[in-house]
Amino acid sequence: MLSIVRTLWDIFLHAFRKRVTIQYPEQKAYLSARYRGRIILSRDPEGGERCVACYLCAVACPVDCIALQATEDSPGRRYPEFFRINFSRCIFCGYCEEACPTYAIQLTPDIEMGEYSRQNMVYEKEHLLISGPGKYPDYNFWRVAGVKIGGKDKGQGEREAPPTDLRSLLP
Amino acid sequence: MISPYPAVTLIAVLFGALTIAGGLVWAERRLLALWQDRYGPNRVGPFGLMQTLADMIKLFFKEDWVPPFADKWVFIMAPAIVMFTVLMSFVVVPFAPGIIISDLNIAVLFFLGMSSLGVYSIVLAGWASDNKYALLGGMRAAAQMLSYEVFMGLSVMGTVLLAGSFDLVDIVNAQRHMWFVVPQFLGFVLFMIAGIAETRRLPFDLPESESELVAGFHSEYSGMKFGMFFVGEYIGILLVSSMITVLFFGGWRGPVLPPIVWYFMKTCFFLVFFILLRAALPRPRFDQLMAWGWKLMLPLALANLLVTGAVKLAFFH
Repeated sequence: MLSIVRTLWDIFLHAFRKRVTIQYPEQKAYLSARYRGRIILSRDPEGGERCVACYLCAVACPVDCIALQATEDSPGRRYPEFFRINFSRCIFCGYCEEACPTYAIQLTPDIEMGEYSRQNMVYEKEHLLISGPGKYPDYNFWRVAGVKIGGKDKGQGEREAPPTDLRSLLP
Repeated sequence: MISPYPAVTLIAVLFGALTIAGGLVWAERRLLALWQDRYGPNRVGPFGLMQTLADMIKLFFKEDWVPPFADKWVFIMAPAIVMFTVLMSFVVVPFAPGIIISDLNIAVLFFLGMSSLGVYSIVLAGWASDNKYALLGGMRAAAQMLSYEVFMGLSVMGTVLLAGSFDLVDIVNAQRHMWFVVPQFLGFVLFMIAGIAETRRLPFDLPESESELVAGFHSEYSGMKFGMFFVGEYIGILLVSSMITVLFFGGWRGPVLPPIVWYFMKTCFFLVFFILLRAALPRPRFDQLMAWGWKLMLPLALANLLVTGAVKLAFFH
């Protein structure tokens, strides 16, 4: 019986504590920087698209919500012709971000994506592409990759040695 | 003797009880939330005050369906019985000196009789639903209510002995020197527990909690019939709070403020206390509940009556 009275007093004191409710939409919950929210496609620090249309994200996606098509501009830089994510399918797992070799596709802490029609939840490249580098500000894949694109020849990347000349006799 | 303006008092009590029950819907949700570290409804109007209105509108618009396999007239009548008995019990409650609908000289017996009739509504609802789980819920509710009614009557007898009358006005007047909660503290505790069990509030709300788990005696009810059970429960709590203040806490007696204000303040205190009980206590198992009622509460009620009678005979005659 005494424990009942003690419980009553204890619960009564809860009236004088702060309430833990977050009054959305006037107040918003704190989402950390690595929160897996809305997906974006980022650009490198020089302003070009990071995505090289390697299809790794589409393969890694457990629900197959990414669709893209690779194409190349002159001279040799790959980019996606279209890049489509169906957000009504997306489970925001982050596997695509982990699979991406160029830090192009990223998940941001933005969760306000409600729509009335399912068609409006299919985001195209122009909806996904942002103008900045996102979470990884200094990385440019093309500087470290060994391919020849406009402005950089083979052997001119960072930490890259020039290709060996097979026909000369020198070591 | 009845009050000078019986019709006015009648209408006032009827509308007052229904309005306060509606206000209780809001108050319970806000107070439960207060004690659970959250807000209750706070969007629908200032402080969520329009929430009850929204709920009532929703209930009115629901499909009022009588199951085709149910016993139709009993099904329709059962919620009306609970409203009827609870509202009838308000006829004998003294709100202030002179404000009472009917000053029966067997008021306490009338109140006990009406609460016993209230058990019918649960049993009939469970039976008429033609649903095994509703029937089980109804039977359990009936068993609980009957066993707790046994000592409800006995616990009140102490106050009747002290006041020398079954008339509630005499009981309130007999408390002019000291509220009956002081000599009859055990009776007060027993009556409060019995009152909670009668109105099926937590921690004795197995009939309703079963509706969260499986079904319950009102599982087949929707729309306004369910609304009648729902509002009838709140009017029941209001009634039990009123009876506690009248029987044990001096009713409308108090120093400075007008009597009706004292009555409302005391009743409100008990209403808030019942909501605190709901927020704080866990629910006992049904066999624990029944064992407590018969093996602990009933002997205590008998002992209380015995000692009160003995003391009154020995010292006051």
